Amino acid sequence: MAGEMAGNSTKKKISALVVDDDRLVRRIHGMLLTRFGMETNAVENGKEAVDLFASGKCYDLVFMDMEMPIMDGLKATQALREMGVSSTIVGVTSRTQEGETQAFMEAGLDACWEKPLTRDGIISLLDQVAKKLL
Amino acid sequence: MEIVGQLQKQFVDFTTSLYREGILDGQFVELQKLQDESTPDFVCELVSEYFQDSEKILTNLTTALQQQVVNFKVVDDHVHQFKGSSSSMGALRVRNMCIAFKSLCEEKNLDGCLRCLQQLKHEFYLVKNKWETLFRLERQILEAGGAVPFVDYRFY
Repeated sequence: MAGEMAGNSTKKKISALVVDDDRLVRRIHGMLLTRFGMETNAVENGKEAVDLFASGKCYDLVFMDMEMPIMDGLKATQALREMGVSSTIVGVTSRTQEGETQAFMEAGLDACWEKPLTRDGIISLLDQVAKKLL
Repeated sequence: MEIVGQLQKQFVDFTTSLYREGILDGQFVELQKLQDESTPDFVCELVSEYFQDSEKILTNLTTALQQQVVNFKVVDDHVHQFKGSSSSMGALRVRNMCIAFKSLCEEKNLDGCLRCLQQLKHEFYLVKNKWETLFRLERQILEAGGAVPFVDYRFY
């Protein structure tokens, strides 16, 4: 399965966190990532994502929505990077204008994509993530 | 043509028309691909949630535009949310109407926003009606003992 890596006698699943205040998006993206063989979790806002990492949880991939209540994607990404989180963080947003996403990228994203996530996008990421983990 | 064959043809023709008319786009096909034997109601459940969420958004938009002093940032936020969920569901015409709506919010064009809201409601209820018909056709095929054909939008 694409989201699994062979290592010794056990296969490690790539772990992914979906951070989005929209329950439909959490469900769709979660299912898509699961179909790629990833171990997936989802939270509703940036603060929940930061709290998860602060509690010791770690994810190889984070899909971060830009606009969320309580803590938006920009602040959450900044906070994660300041904590030393080196996970691949991909911004996912409905905002498509370059000016709107520039600040988000500068917060520490590895990439910023337009919603919804696509299979091709995920496949291109998996290769990068797998190299990081080896 | 036997009953199942007739129903399947009706389903294919109907689904094809949804893509041809731009009511749905390829994202809906991607959602269908996520459904399997272990999650047979995945798409139906998603659509049902989309209907519920969308009704709330439309109510919020109506309220926001009826305020004495309209806060266009609030209106834009609701439209933005609707655009995002509609994109995720493949509801192309609803999404495109949201894009037009956002421009009107930026211009703070109240009359334009009110007209656009009516058009947005029209597009939403159109796709809602189409989806309800689609699922009804699927149920009829399954009840007749047939399999639901997979319609690849790329050919239309």
